[in-house]
Amino acid sequence: MVAAAAVAAAVALPRLIYPVLALEILVWGLFAVAIDLLLGFGGLLSFGHAAYWGVAGYVAGMVARDLGAPFPLAVLAGLLGAAVLAVPLGYLSLRRTGIYFTMVTLAFAQMLYYVANELRPITGGENGLQGVSRTFPGLSLGPSLSFYYAALPLVLFGYFAAYRIVHSPFGHVLVSIRDNEARAQALGYDTARYKHIAFILSAGLAGLAGSVYTLGEHFASLEMLHWTTSGQVVLMTVLGGLGTLWGGVVGAGVFLMLRDFLSTSDLFRDAPGVVTGAIFILIVLALRHGLWPTFAVLVRRGLGRFA
Amino acid sequence: MRIKLLVRRLSERVDPAMGCLHRKYLLAARRPPTVASRADDWPGRPHRLLLLAAVLGSASGEGKVHALVGPNGAGKTSLFNLLTGFLVPTSGRILLFGVDVTGLRPHQIAKRGVARSFQITSLFEELSAIEHVALALQSRTSLGFGFWRDETTLRRFHARARALLEEVGLAGVAGQPVRHLPYGQKRALELALALALEPRLLLLDEPTAGMSAEDVRRTIELIARLRAGRTVVLVEHNMGVVGQLADNVIVLQQGKVIAEGPYQTVRADPAVVAAYLGAADA
Repeated sequence: MVAAAAVAAAVALPRLIYPVLALEILVWGLFAVAIDLLLGFGGLLSFGHAAYWGVAGYVAGMVARDLGAPFPLAVLAGLLGAAVLAVPLGYLSLRRTGIYFTMVTLAFAQMLYYVANELRPITGGENGLQGVSRTFPGLSLGPSLSFYYAALPLVLFGYFAAYRIVHSPFGHVLVSIRDNEARAQALGYDTARYKHIAFILSAGLAGLAGSVYTLGEHFASLEMLHWTTSGQVVLMTVLGGLGTLWGGVVGAGVFLMLRDFLSTSDLFRDAPGVVTGAIFILIVLALRHGLWPTFAVLVRRGLGRFA
Repeated sequence: MRIKLLVRRLSERVDPAMGCLHRKYLLAARRPPTVASRADDWPGRPHRLLLLAAVLGSASGEGKVHALVGPNGAGKTSLFNLLTGFLVPTSGRILLFGVDVTGLRPHQIAKRGVARSFQITSLFEELSAIEHVALALQSRTSLGFGFWRDETTLRRFHARARALLEEVGLAGVAGQPVRHLPYGQKRALELALALALEPRLLLLDEPTAGMSAEDVRRTIELIARLRAGRTVVLVEHNMGVVGQLADNVIVLQQGKVIAEGPYQTVRADPAVVAAYLGAADA
């Protein structure tokens, strides 16, 4: 029932707001869910997930543009690229814990940012990877609305994967490591390995989101790798509520719609940060567990009217 | 300070084939910052070393209960941490069931049949009692890596988990998140978790601390029952519990064994009396 309502909402979204924004909410939501998988369920704050979002974007963009692959293959390539990258980076970052882990993830992501900036012949440097088109035999995916519906199954698969991971035997172990790592070790769990797997899975989901985002935007920008991207997705996750899994989607929705609204308003167009900052402070102060618990109550009430 | 192997009188009696923790190996470890109880332990001075004689087990080996007693800072919990891989000795070796396990990580030692309970109740606050036990049972399988599986696969552990909770007297609160449980019940859950691992060596750090008299009685009965087929080592301050359960009492002070033997003998030992009450020359 809830899942069906969520899918219906995802299908209806581009009719309510314009499709480009709808796709942005969809993929940033998945990106935030990937963060919550790691932070809310594993207790690991990565401040370098821009690396996986961005690298996946570049990989998917190149596969689509230079190889002319149909878009699902490009997305798959981006996802795998991010996951493979997370193997060494996750291993090295996870040798540290707490704030040190966070700083190492940030450092790796910034390294990639500068590498991408220097590798102009391949990445386009500051101009980004331009001219990315999305194709699929028999479909015309030029219009944003068509691509939204074409990409929707892939993104929904990402959401489902996150749900499955959290509600699996693996997810239970992950939560136990978050709550008490020493205890989990004493029970015989190789906690380092579990955290590493969680990191790779999270990076893969971020990669899936980043790939679709790139194809949706027609180009991979250098900004995708910048630390502000990592910060933005963590902000969305926290706004939505940690450990709620779906909170990030609400956080992404509020964040992006607010930004969209402010960019078109005459009053705040020049200083949107003042408004967004104030609103986020209010949300964090008033709703300590994020937007999701409140949102869930409202939705349940709404669904109850139909039932 | 150089570590020397302190050969205790018991070491001559060791049977190398016995199936439990060897006693002849002395463990030496730098006292880690987390257990430094006095400022002079850490850091600055040439690091203090614990000399611990692990006198756990005998030729017949199984079914014995050893009690580790000693004043605060004697090294009881440090010994547990060494045995379970949470601390790595700076010198010396740790033999477990006749195999060198020095430097193995905690989960590897747990897999070899060592379970421990923690001195400070150490649980997963968000999980329910039965989920705790299921998690412990699950650790002996490779199911935990199955991130694509449905969590309902964990139900296969529930029957066994319920039986274990029954055994420690927690059947009535199986579904409750542990953060709502009173302290004594959390201690009992620690015991159930250790049991779920079906260990050959069971290390219990103050299993009856904070329990009501009735819970203590039940815990004593339980430990007496589950000693069969395994070696139990408990750290205990309650001398009533020690007297009732322990076949062998080991008294530690400042990281050294100062007395060892049956309860009645040890309690009369002048060195023990001095350690607890303070000797005139101490």
